[in-house]
Amino acid sequence: MDTQWETFEVFHQSKRGDPHEHVGSVHAPDPQMALQLARDQFARRLKCVSLWVVRSRDITATDYQDGSFFAQVTDKSYRDPKSFDAPDKLEHP
Amino acid sequence: MRVNQREDIMSEAIDDVKLAEFEARINRGEKIEPGDWMPEAYRKNLIRMISQHAHSEIVGQLPEGKWIPFAPGFRRKLTLIAKVQDEAGHGQLLYRAAETLGKSREAMIDELLTGKAKYANVFNYPTPTWADVGVIGWLVDTAAVINQTMLAQGSYGPYARAMKRICYEESFHIKQGYDAVVALAKGTSEQRQMVQEAVNRWWYPTLMMSGPPDSMSEHSVLALRWRIKTKSNEQVRQDFVDLIVPQIRALGLELPDKNCQFNSQTGHYHYTQPDWNELKRVVNGDGPCNKERLAVRRSAHEDGRWVREALAAKSARSNLARMNE
Repeated sequence: MDTQWETFEVFHQSKRGDPHEHVGSVHAPDPQMALQLARDQFARRLKCVSLWVVRSRDITATDYQDGSFFAQVTDKSYRDPKSFDAPDKLEHP
Repeated sequence: MRVNQREDIMSEAIDDVKLAEFEARINRGEKIEPGDWMPEAYRKNLIRMISQHAHSEIVGQLPEGKWIPFAPGFRRKLTLIAKVQDEAGHGQLLYRAAETLGKSREAMIDELLTGKAKYANVFNYPTPTWADVGVIGWLVDTAAVINQTMLAQGSYGPYARAMKRICYEESFHIKQGYDAVVALAKGTSEQRQMVQEAVNRWWYPTLMMSGPPDSMSEHSVLALRWRIKTKSNEQVRQDFVDLIVPQIRALGLELPDKNCQFNSQTGHYHYTQPDWNELKRVVNGDGPCNKERLAVRRSAHEDGRWVREALAAKSARSNLARMNE
């Protein structure tokens, strides 16, 4: 009985206050075992204060092929601080 | 013209457009990710390379692992255990990277256990003394890091990311090997002789690691074009020789290659080519330790079966309990 276990994506937090970052994935029979394997695989060296695991199949992702998903139809430069040219100083008469 | 013939031509035309986009992306230095369109030859080439790389990490545990009970001193024993554990971890990281291309870990492990898969030549040579363990860390892992630093620049995202993590850990492998070699090189004449003999044994197999000259390697042209590799086998080998020869001589050790010398015109060390027929033999299963390595790997896989079964049974039971809640 050597069936392929499902995969869990692993998110690693180096210290409190930092974001959890995706570092890879592990095969495991259940989430508890996935945490143990993720600790052995991804927290062997680098400091870690928290790990998340989530079943890979529970992730819904965008498709790289579908570039239009992120396309901006209208000019959104007004969101960019660089798009304003208000001067640093005003000459008072 | 038959309808399906016309469809064939149309889908070929679409593939040409996709191929042009794919190559343009690579030429811009962007990474290819698992969901992207990719040519079948790119996928196959990567699966072959990454799975062989994973197998090499797994089998690579064995020549050094057998020295764990005999490592001189507690610190070196702990260090060696950590290194061997890293290699198991690297194997798993790489199997995951290969799986993103559509081949299962189970299928890859089966190919290793049945002897169908290839893996790095070096792990089929014996480690008769403690000095061999140090020399593997120093020479073999230096060559591996040079190769893997190059692969970390490659075009396939999951492989490049795995390489970055692995290179970080391999620098410890080199350091511990070098430290063990220095201890012997500073020691008695017997110890110096032991380490010299290990260098003699490992020199040519390590040179072979980066693969045959690219003119002889069928996979290299496409691999370079699609940035699966970013340097030729010859360049990787030359980088290794240029880095390691001064290190070897600085410890008062000699190279088994008496013709190796610095060429001030090229700025590189000139060296004698290894026996490429030997590489072919060893990679195809006929090296000094191929049978022993696979036999150990198979029995380890069998010995671990009860653990896998116990974990599967435990998770089946907790899944059932959750469903009944």
